[in-house]
Amino acid sequence: MIPEIGHFALILALSLAVCQGIMPLIGAHKNDEALMSVARPAAVGQFVFVIISFACLAWSFQQNDFSVLYVANHSQLALPAIYKFAAVWGAHEGSLLLWILLMAGWTVAVARYSAELPRDMTARVVGVLGLLSCGFLLFTLLTSNPFERLIPAPADGADLNPLLQDPGLAIHPPILYAGYVGFSVAFAFAIAAMLTGKLDQAWARWTRPWTTWAWLFLTVGIALGSWWAYYELGWGGWWFWDPVENASFMPWLAGTALIHSLAVTEKRGLFKSWTLLLAISAFSLSLLGTFLVRSGVLVSVHAFATDPERGLFILAFLGIVIGGALSLYAWRAPKLDSTAGFRPLSRETFLLLNNVLLIIATTIILYGTLAPLLYDVFEWGKISIGPPWFEFAFALPMVPLILLIGVGMHTAWRSQAFAALYEQLKLPGIIAIVAGIAVPTVFYGRSGLLLSIGAIAGFWIMAVSLIHPIRSWRRAPGTPAMTRSVMGMSVAHFGVGMFTLGITIVSSFTVETDQSVRVGETVEVAGYQFKLTNLQNVQGPNYQALEGEIEIRRNGEFISELRPQKRTYLVQQSPMTEAGIDAGWNRDLFVALGDPLGNDAWSVRLQYKPLIRFIWLGALIMAFGGLIAASDRRYRLTATATEKTPELSGEPA
Amino acid sequence: MARYIALLVVFAIMIGVFVIGLGKDPRKIPSPLIDNPAPQYELPRVKDPALTIGSADYAGQLVLVNIWATWCVGCRQEHQYLNELAARNIIPIYGINWRDQRDEAIAWLENLGDPYVASAYDVDGRVGIDWGVYGAPETFLVSPDGNVIHKYIGPMHEDAWQNEFLPLIAEFNGGTR
Repeated sequence: MIPEIGHFALILALSLAVCQGIMPLIGAHKNDEALMSVARPAAVGQFVFVIISFACLAWSFQQNDFSVLYVANHSQLALPAIYKFAAVWGAHEGSLLLWILLMAGWTVAVARYSAELPRDMTARVVGVLGLLSCGFLLFTLLTSNPFERLIPAPADGADLNPLLQDPGLAIHPPILYAGYVGFSVAFAFAIAAMLTGKLDQAWARWTRPWTTWAWLFLTVGIALGSWWAYYELGWGGWWFWDPVENASFMPWLAGTALIHSLAVTEKRGLFKSWTLLLAISAFSLSLLGTFLVRSGVLVSVHAFATDPERGLFILAFLGIVIGGALSLYAWRAPKLDSTAGFRPLSRETFLLLNNVLLIIATTIILYGTLAPLLYDVFEWGKISIGPPWFEFAFALPMVPLILLIGVGMHTAWRSQAFAALYEQLKLPGIIAIVAGIAVPTVFYGRSGLLLSIGAIAGFWIMAVSLIHPIRSWRRAPGTPAMTRSVMGMSVAHFGVGMFTLGITIVSSFTVETDQSVRVGETVEVAGYQFKLTNLQNVQGPNYQALEGEIEIRRNGEFISELRPQKRTYLVQQSPMTEAGIDAGWNRDLFVALGDPLGNDAWSVRLQYKPLIRFIWLGALIMAFGGLIAASDRRYRLTATATEKTPELSGEPA
Repeated sequence: MARYIALLVVFAIMIGVFVIGLGKDPRKIPSPLIDNPAPQYELPRVKDPALTIGSADYAGQLVLVNIWATWCVGCRQEHQYLNELAARNIIPIYGINWRDQRDEAIAWLENLGDPYVASAYDVDGRVGIDWGVYGAPETFLVSPDGNVIHKYIGPMHEDAWQNEFLPLIAEFNGGTR
């Protein structure tokens, strides 16, 4: 009964999404108040029914209702309760439901915090979100119903993929999807602007906080995914340029460009058609990622179970949404271009460069991701593009970008005098060059050209990011109090610096070895002695594991004891590696059990990873910077409840 | 205006590529060995190191060559199916025990059954390299004139057998090739 309620609630949500998608848009076009006012209640209603549907699926998991096909395939009696909940989004059907839930949530947030928006703008934005929601609801109901019954029900389920039985991965999809879906708000704002043909600075001010929120969710989501891959896949790598990772990274790059382009549109009324295109791109790339992940056109280590019929549906949806948006863009954007000028040395120039370089980076990754498919389709043979290609091609636009950030953020709008800029940046520049050359040489004992460039770039951004906060703290004469926007920018860019430094040091000074070790033997890696003291079998709730005890010492002094495991999950019989990690701010020691080599010897992977925490910490600091910027007074969101305009008094809550 | 239209055109081409791409299987990796002579080898047998087994032993026959190891999870998964296949007596199966321990391999064959005419003991994995093995299990169909006709990566199962191997075997038995 419960699954049928969930299914029915989803159908009701679709009907409401249809109303929400059609009526407000017609209302805004005809300037019909009654039709426009459908937007909010329809959005709230849709949200409520999606919540009911989601709750029904979650309930079916908790109740072990294996007569539901999706539950039978992705759960099991002995699965811990928390993973029974996370299993709701553990595979294709349920993750779509999560996507829809988050989309409905974003829509309600937009509908609620839109007091400052003109009514027709709100109606259009909510309407476009409603149409997008229709697409996803139809997709779920027609091709991927999570409530499908399985009669007769099996006695036990097939278990959740063991890779997903991990706290990091349980929270990774909701946060990542919140980012993907969040870009739909910027997309809806862009469509609404093109429909009205009006794009002013107020529009940019409304769009900015929503975009920043989406971006910061995506940032945290990607960082979590990378962290999970690092400790769970057992290779010690943190980024693999896998199509699924690229699918999340492309919208992030486009979204980053959008955030910067929006700044120009808000402050100076420039880059309007650019901003629109980026708003369309960020969400389009999210959709494209969904298609790539769920259709099976590309090989990936963590693609969903795929199905060509689903692929065709998403492709059609993709064609309508992106094709429609681009056509509207081709029709409307040429009229929006403005002609206000700026000098070559001005913040506008640097932000334009930022956009161009980020778009080049996005295009490179898009090409690299799709190239195997292109070659296959045009029968040019089979190719695979690996990390070395991506690393090299991606560095080409990123190195100049990172160096330019430091200059751009201290350049004035419209026009900047060179001498003043030089004076301001001289000291941080010297600090960066000295630290960038000295730190690798002194602490890690080696230097090199690429290494120095990376380290200098990292220190450079960190140093210049401190200029604004230090001046504001010292209350230097002539400095206005720092706004949250500037604070957020400084913090986020400091994060970029940490991230850059982290990558540089990790990729230059990581020590990795695969060794054959017997109990009692000691292996030395990067000055640390790893001793395998014991191997034993342990029993988990739904798995058996072989656990190694590894004692780490440095010059005889005890550092840590790690217990890496090799797990075999009982139902799916798949082996899983649980790495043992001793984390420190300046280095990780990573131990993973490999395969038995016979004669009681085991292959053990031992790694020393300096500054690897900076990579994720840098990403989190970037996201935190976004949070600070989004909380700026200018963007303080006003709930509609506080609005006292008479025309709203008759509206149902 | 032209640049806006160009954007639409690029997008349309992309959609076209995706439509065709949906019909393709990206997982298919062609083996350079297909329709080329299978690597020659001669190695001691797993069960009886005094005897050897190798490509010369099945010259002139249509055979399956299966790469396996006791440490390989996929091999354990396919093993019962191979036993079944051997029992059907359609085609002889020759094993290559790849980078394994002899005592463990013998215990495996005794406990789980032995579908192989014989298994070669490739302890250092050199023969595996000649065959272009990525990871066990892999199964090759070798023609009477010694060419590799088909390669299957991963655990063998009935679907692959019915759809990929049987049609090729039928061609040979029908003498069309």
